[in-house]
Amino acid sequence: MTTNTKARWSQSAPLYLDYQATTPTDPRVVDAMMPYWTDKFGNPHSRNHHFGWEAEDAVEKAREQMAELIGASAKEIIFTSGATESNNLAIKGIARFYGDRKNHIITCVTEHKCVLEACRYLEQDGFDVTYLHVKENGLIDLDDLKSAITDKTAMVSIMAVNNEIGVIQPLKEIGAICRQRGVFFHTDAAQAVGKIPLDVNEMNIDLMSVSGHKFYGPMGIGALFVRRKPRVRLVPLIHGGGQERGMRSGTLPTPLVAGFGVACEIASKEMSAEAERLHGLRQRMLDGLQARLPEIFVNGDLENRIPGNLNISFAYVEGEGLMMGIKELAVSSGSACTSASLEPSYVLRALGVEEEMAHTSLRLGIGRFTTSDEVDYAVGRIADEVIRLREMSPLWDMAQAGIDIKSIKWAEH
Amino acid sequence: MAYSKELIDHYENPRNVGSMSEDESNIGTGLVGAPACGDVMKLQIKVSADGIIEDAKFKTFGCGSAIASSSLVTEWVKDKTLDEAATIKNTDIAEELALPPVKIHCSVLAEDAIKAAVSDYKEKTGKKSSDNKDKAAAE
Repeated sequence: MTTNTKARWSQSAPLYLDYQATTPTDPRVVDAMMPYWTDKFGNPHSRNHHFGWEAEDAVEKAREQMAELIGASAKEIIFTSGATESNNLAIKGIARFYGDRKNHIITCVTEHKCVLEACRYLEQDGFDVTYLHVKENGLIDLDDLKSAITDKTAMVSIMAVNNEIGVIQPLKEIGAICRQRGVFFHTDAAQAVGKIPLDVNEMNIDLMSVSGHKFYGPMGIGALFVRRKPRVRLVPLIHGGGQERGMRSGTLPTPLVAGFGVACEIASKEMSAEAERLHGLRQRMLDGLQARLPEIFVNGDLENRIPGNLNISFAYVEGEGLMMGIKELAVSSGSACTSASLEPSYVLRALGVEEEMAHTSLRLGIGRFTTSDEVDYAVGRIADEVIRLREMSPLWDMAQAGIDIKSIKWAEH
Repeated sequence: MAYSKELIDHYENPRNVGSMSEDESNIGTGLVGAPACGDVMKLQIKVSADGIIEDAKFKTFGCGSAIASSSLVTEWVKDKTLDEAATIKNTDIAEELALPPVKIHCSVLAEDAIKAAVSDYKEKTGKKSSDNKDKAAAE
């Protein structure tokens, strides 16, 4: 690594290793958006003139590009503001439409907050929700799912890829169970689209939520796939002009939609090569950290995992304290020391990770623009800082002296 | 969240990191917090025959604010009497480091650590002197 590249991270912006939070917009996406901010500013729903038609063409092209990426038909794609809206529309929309006959929803404890909160909201309205637990590797148990389904079950909502630990749920198996039992299968695929191959027919997915900015598209745009055969019906959240097959009214943001489409197209073409490259980089990162640090633990299944995610507990070093020491790196932690509750990540807790270990975790997200130099630099900085903080940690001392930390009676505060 | 210069300085260049033997009679050890809560502080004081804190050491598992708070109190307790050290308030620590509201508990923990170390020392020496008394009575 040249001293120049090193200086770049320590002196200007930190090195970005938080690709599960958001991804930088691909320059090709930005280029595709530009004309729709300027010359081609028309309302895609204007049916009577050139400006409207040109904007509509852009929107319909993007719809094709999205559909192509997940093996759907363009008519099945609804544009939304992002995955939070898509998840809300899918869950509340199904519940409102089918709720008088089927008032049971099955989801999972490690879902994103927007799925969990939408379900909690429905519970207050009299719906029954089953929250499936996950195994130590972060995946649901298919037998648990089978036995949770009743004749009152309207839908199963299980995320494709977890945002904290990157594990991939067995979508095809879940889809097969749902289809056989006649319940809708919704998946929050915000972290999966553009990272792993997805096919809504092969996987029997009825609804799929997508977020643009998680795969190098713009923020503020997402999609919901809603199956047409057999037809899935939804009560809309937003009423108005009846755009998006009446399921999501409001003028579509043409520039964002056009950019989103190009992000889909790039993903279709480059996903497999990119996944292979990131797999190599992640292995390099893990090998590098393990070579320098004992007692580090990967959280969640390493095999069934998107290649851009690593979530590691660095025993005896608190995650937020560690992040402060590696300020040249932009990462996130499972320690929630900044929140009022002092509760560590609910996802890690659901895997059975002890609270003290959850406090020591870092999420390292790599992606399209991460280089091997950057990975090496990150490994070096993290290892140096973990070693420094372990020297300062009373827990590390105790562990070295052979004292079992659990044998001590701690005063919880 | 932007941290103060003082806090970052204590985090990056912590004062008095280390351990002293817990078995020595002139050492008081305070161990407060819990791993499950994300912070544990160990503060040790070395007390002279005339009751002055000669030296202080710490080890902390926790966030930057917890590390900085413990580093700061090792400086503050030095050359103080036990009673003076026990008057250090969490609010003083929070003010000196400009801790944000969500980090006030770190200063509370540091105050607890001082009190725990002082009381450990008093317990040790108190016990020792009462042992001596018992011994004297027996003789």
